[in-house]
Amino acid sequence: MSRDLLAKKKNFHWDSIFKITATCAGAFVLLIMVLIFGQLLSDSWLIWEKEGLSFVTGDRWNPVEGREAFGALPYIAGTLVTSLIALCIAVPLSLGIAMFLSEIAPTRIREPISFIVELLAAVPSIIYGLWGLFTFRIVFKDWFESPTHEALGEHIFLFRDAPFGLDILTASVVLAIMIIPTISAVSREILLAVPAIQREAAYMLGATKWEVFRMSVLPYAKSGLIGASILGLGRAVGETMAVTMLIGNAVGPKAFPFGFFQQGNSLASIIANEFNEASPVSMYFPALIGLGLILLFVSLAVNVCAHLIIRRVTNAHEGGIKGF
Amino acid sequence: MEMSALDVLNAMKNDEQPSTKRNEPEKEIPNDMTNDGKYKVLIENLAVSYNGKKAIKDINMKIPDKAVTALIGPSGCGKTTLLRTINRMHDLTKGAEVTGKIIIDGENVYDSHINPILQRRKIGMVFQKPNPFPTMSIWDNVAAGLKLNGVKDKGILNEIVEDSLKMAYLWDEVKDELKKPAVALSGGQQQRLCIARALAIQPEVLLMDEPASALDPIASQKIEQTIIELKKHYTIIIVTHNMQQALRVSDRTGFMYLGDMIEYDKTETVFKNPKKELTSNYVQGRFG
Repeated sequence: MSRDLLAKKKNFHWDSIFKITATCAGAFVLLIMVLIFGQLLSDSWLIWEKEGLSFVTGDRWNPVEGREAFGALPYIAGTLVTSLIALCIAVPLSLGIAMFLSEIAPTRIREPISFIVELLAAVPSIIYGLWGLFTFRIVFKDWFESPTHEALGEHIFLFRDAPFGLDILTASVVLAIMIIPTISAVSREILLAVPAIQREAAYMLGATKWEVFRMSVLPYAKSGLIGASILGLGRAVGETMAVTMLIGNAVGPKAFPFGFFQQGNSLASIIANEFNEASPVSMYFPALIGLGLILLFVSLAVNVCAHLIIRRVTNAHEGGIKGF
Repeated sequence: MEMSALDVLNAMKNDEQPSTKRNEPEKEIPNDMTNDGKYKVLIENLAVSYNGKKAIKDINMKIPDKAVTALIGPSGCGKTTLLRTINRMHDLTKGAEVTGKIIIDGENVYDSHINPILQRRKIGMVFQKPNPFPTMSIWDNVAAGLKLNGVKDKGILNEIVEDSLKMAYLWDEVKDELKKPAVALSGGQQQRLCIARALAIQPEVLLMDEPASALDPIASQKIEQTIIELKKHYTIIIVTHNMQQALRVSDRTGFMYLGDMIEYDKTETVFKNPKKELTSNYVQGRFG
């Protein structure tokens, strides 16, 4: 009898509904990507037609009608330089935080601190921008930039410009502060995911905590930690508000980042800063949209590089640990 | 008559035919021929609790030198806990509290002047699942413990790596590919690599926590052969779920249940002629 009951159950249409809905949802991602790309390309078409590839390689920026010239190179460089400086500051600090939280902190304080770290990741970037603009840049200029400039400015060209507080370095440091919570929260998860048996293998041999971390935890978590850093880099590349408020907003050839204390501009910040002024019928508007398209490509390139790096690290040993 | 643990041990070592009765009249273990009557590890009134919950209650054991002692019992009986107290691995477990003594060569490993990190270097451990360091080569895995201990001489390292791999019966299979990553080996080979890694630090005692449980029958047979060969040189304590395995490899067997050592005797006695009904039921597969 029960056999007949079982045989009658043929609710296979639910399976097709499930398949169709899931496929639609999946296709949605692709659709959005194509739409964004198409829109950016069509809206910036005029600038590509006029400037061609020199829009990417040029460094002049003049929106005045009749004398128009647009080149994106200083802002591409600005984006990459600020993001990389931010990454250089943020990665060691974040690793330290993650190591403390996963290896050293007693349970009592581990949870509260982890919570605070995650809370920091949720602070809107305008808050960081305001804090940077009204507090941090003044302190930073008085305590770090001016003394460094006086000591090293004559000898090293990177410190040559007279510090003003709104510059490449200030923007990078605030960017670093913004991406530290992201990188350290993800890194902590990755370190905690290293199996206990891996740690015990090292403990068994008589390793100290540091030795366990160095020989067992770090190699196991390496690809994941790189992934976490790239996640931070991705955030830094696209970060707009705080950078716009702090980077100094220079345009043209002098925006090319040659020194820490120089005013610069990033792709995102110049778009945010000048968008209001651009008239949709001039070349100005397509130029800004073109910067958006370049920004999209830079972000994609960062992500693709990240995947390649992770794959290289992971496949360094055949059958190695898949971390991320 | 009260005797300190050190006296007991010395008495054991000095006396060719020690009368165990004289030292510990209440828990007598018949002497067998495998170990000249010497004991390597003495466990005295050992109790372990996790956050106040008792996992092991008052265990006393004398573990013979250069022999295999098996710990059997149903899941959760405390056999792994017992094993992990011996190299102070339980120091790493949050909320674990150990009372009592574990005396190896006359020294209580829970004595306040003992550094658990240095203590672990004297005891090898093999885990349930093979856990080689995944990014290291076969050679580096075996040499890892030596390097930690400051051995830098390449010649010495090569020699010990070769010896350890031979001891673990892996040398012939890997001697031409020592630079290959350890994770490229099969599960059984990885486990023998882990044995070699543990042997490389020249341990006095080798602890094995179900070393063959994750392996296929052929690989686990090789591990068993390795264990039987190793006992010529090492004191081995093995936790196992597989009673046939305990019967095949061990000289002594301890049957644990709910944190108690129900019966500890010669393996033959525990399996063929147990004194307690609980033991008899377990080894005959009536529960567990």
